[in-house]
Amino acid sequence: MTADIATRRSPLDGWTSRLAELAPAVRLAERPFVSQLTLRLPDSSRAAAVSTVLGVELPSAPCTFAKGTGPHGPVEVCWLGPDEYLVLAQPGLQRTLESALRAAIGDAHGAVVDVSAQRTTLTLSGPNARDLLAHGCAVDLHPSVSPTGTCVQTLLAQAGIILLVREAEFVVLVRASFATYLAAWLLDAGTEYREQPT
Amino acid sequence: MQLIPCPWCGPREEVEFHYGGQAHVAYPAEPAELSDEEWASFVFFRDNPRGPFAERWSHAAGCRRWFNAVRDTRSYELLAVYRPDQERPVTT
Ligand SMILES: [Zn+2]
Repeated sequence: MTADIATRRSPLDGWTSRLAELAPAVRLAERPFVSQLTLRLPDSSRAAAVSTVLGVELPSAPCTFAKGTGPHGPVEVCWLGPDEYLVLAQPGLQRTLESALRAAIGDAHGAVVDVSAQRTTLTLSGPNARDLLAHGCAVDLHPSVSPTGTCVQTLLAQAGIILLVREAEFVVLVRASFATYLAAWLLDAGTEYREQPT
Repeated sequence: MQLIPCPWCGPREEVEFHYGGQAHVAYPAEPAELSDEEWASFVFFRDNPRGPFAERWSHAAGCRRWFNAVRDTRSYELLAVYRPDQERPVTT
């Protein structure tokens, strides 16, 4: 008899070494199990209470994200819509944050949903990271158009993504069911940046 | 590819959007009072102008919000985009 042990597997479990093949031109890696919560907050009267819980102001401008460090460590809050945000935090914090945010919203109109399993996270950095994304993403990622702090929801090779521009890297959040497709596409699109065998 | 300016996200490629038909079609105030013919015209009948046309669009692959746009059906030129809570702007 075999015992079934529930082990947590990220959508790109087993892809680590393949993703690393594009280095050093593009350093591509999965950051699994990032805590993700969708926050709907049409009632702006609770924005201050929510900001205190997260340690970061909610981004007010469309297509941006805000980052900060609060009681739950480093947190990024992405603008997803006029009253909708995506909270990104260290792995394992989703339950804690969910109840803390619910308490902050209280009886005001709003919603907090744990969506950590919905998407996985890819980071891209290196000299050709932007060129690689440009193969399949129509949004101009040049720093003059998309500076640090940009957060866009768009398509990358037809797959819906959320793309964050951090200081030294791009973050691509992709749905779990699209993750292997997107990883394979990135590896293929990055062929020209691979080190040629000598 | 045609760019459509989302009122929130700015110009994005048309493939990110879904078309939602004519804008400003009001739901009947007294639905129970409508005859079959009136229902049919509410559900199925839409204007089909040659020129500026107010339409609903959804930024499906982006912020997933509905908004309205005035599009010239002759040239595909988008004359204005505006949020659902805004009045239709005057276009020439
Ligand atoms: Zn949008």
